Amino acid sequence: MREKIVIKNLDLKIGKEHILKNINCTIPEKKITVIMGPSGCGKTTLLKSLNRLTDLYSKKTFSGSVELNGENIYNGIPDINDLRRKMGLLSQRPTPLPMSIFNNVAYGLRISGRRSKRFLKLRVEHYLKQANLWEEVKDRLHSPASSLSIGQQQRLCLARGLAVDPEIILADEPTSALDPLSSKAIEDKFVELKNHYTIIVVTHALRQAKRIADYVIFMYLGEIIEQGDANDYFTNPKHELSKAYLRGTFN
Amino acid sequence: MLMRAACGLIILAMALIIFTIIKKGFPSLNWQMLTSVPKGGYYFGGEGGILNALLGSLYLAIGATLLSLVISLPSALFLNIHLKKFRKLQNAIRLFIDVMWGIPSVVYGAFAFTVMIGFGWRASLLAGIITVTLFIAPIMIRGMDEALKIIPDLLLEASYSLGSTRYETAYKVFLRQAMPGIATAILLSFGRAIGDAASVLFTAGFTDNVPKSLLQPAATLPLSIFFQLSSPIPEVQQRAYAAAIVLTVIILIISITGRALSFRYSKHDIK
Repeated sequence: MREKIVIKNLDLKIGKEHILKNINCTIPEKKITVIMGPSGCGKTTLLKSLNRLTDLYSKKTFSGSVELNGENIYNGIPDINDLRRKMGLLSQRPTPLPMSIFNNVAYGLRISGRRSKRFLKLRVEHYLKQANLWEEVKDRLHSPASSLSIGQQQRLCLARGLAVDPEIILADEPTSALDPLSSKAIEDKFVELKNHYTIIVVTHALRQAKRIADYVIFMYLGEIIEQGDANDYFTNPKHELSKAYLRGTFN
Repeated sequence: MLMRAACGLIILAMALIIFTIIKKGFPSLNWQMLTSVPKGGYYFGGEGGILNALLGSLYLAIGATLLSLVISLPSALFLNIHLKKFRKLQNAIRLFIDVMWGIPSVVYGAFAFTVMIGFGWRASLLAGIITVTLFIAPIMIRGMDEALKIIPDLLLEASYSLGSTRYETAYKVFLRQAMPGIATAILLSFGRAIGDAASVLFTAGFTDNVPKSLLQPAATLPLSIFFQLSSPIPEVQQRAYAAAIVLTVIILIISITGRALSFRYSKHDIK
């Protein structure tokens, strides 16, 4: 197993609230890592600290390091936009950009300087196919993205994220607002995509975690309680809290 | 009940104002009024029209709206994107602009006039444009700010995650999402610019000619209405109401076009 991301002693406070407490973990390359835990345990913040969206928080105190491919992203990374481009993000609710379906996917390509019409057409088609959306939208590429259903919008966001050619996909409860069919489409896609991408999924749907996880990080109140290979974790959890969580005694 | 009464009251007041200006002004409304400048003795019932004030007002309001747009749009975007982390600073700036909004336009006029005297400048279209810009910019910035403020953080994060810079996020994503609100802010400011008399009284001056350069004085519709209304001759007073109709129609046309345009641009908005 190769390590894609190594987090060391990550500690984050917002105001007086201690959100992440001394986080140490590794995220394997080209696997699906699932971050689980009850609501409010810091899962989302941990995810956002990976592409430095935590920079947007006011009043934060921060220490520790996050190493991507062996380089600390909080120290000496010259271009933060470049860093973020390496990580596609899917959020809880799909957030298409206020433009057409085509332009949503082409946006990332255009801002990185690839503007040739022919090229854009080919790439947009390619990524929409990757996200299993092409068949549904190929006749209305120029209608507003907001006209799509929620499930379609999330797949559009996936296509848009893939189009900037990331190494990592960050997904923050990507299926929580979706119907079962769209959820399944996203899950299946993740399993397919893990051959090429490192995927990190935050979820509190236990069943979903069991279906897709290769590696599990279990958090509780800002701390990592247990982490390890998914099979081991689900069949033989070591910590009392993990056992309780897997039994479903608390949420 | 209260809501209905309040709406009713507003509509009634509007209807009364429009009814009054139409009733008193419509008989005097004619083509010559719109196409010629005042000739000798116009304010005593002589021949001529208000072309000077009509064009003067349009030049002034369009100039000030454009100049204000150049200042306001970047300010509002900066306030909402670059200053995102600095809540206290954001709120302080908003408070400051709200206070500026509250200052009566005559104070802006007096301020500009003092500056002009200091430098020995005479009343001109340019001075009027700058003064009006000063007092509509706060309106425009806060109007745009309100439209940008309600954009969800998720959209900001989505844009950053694609590797957009703050500049690209501002002009390619936020601007589009807030377009209807921004258009409304521009229209509101234009309405204030074209309808204000106090700020241009000393700064743009008044003249019977159409200004041929930025450095010549310019007449404006509100002042023209004021001068005609202060005439003792009933016929001239009627012309004032006709000029008021012209002013109202201009604002109506601008509003409708603006609405139509912003509707067109809002079809991509994410709800």
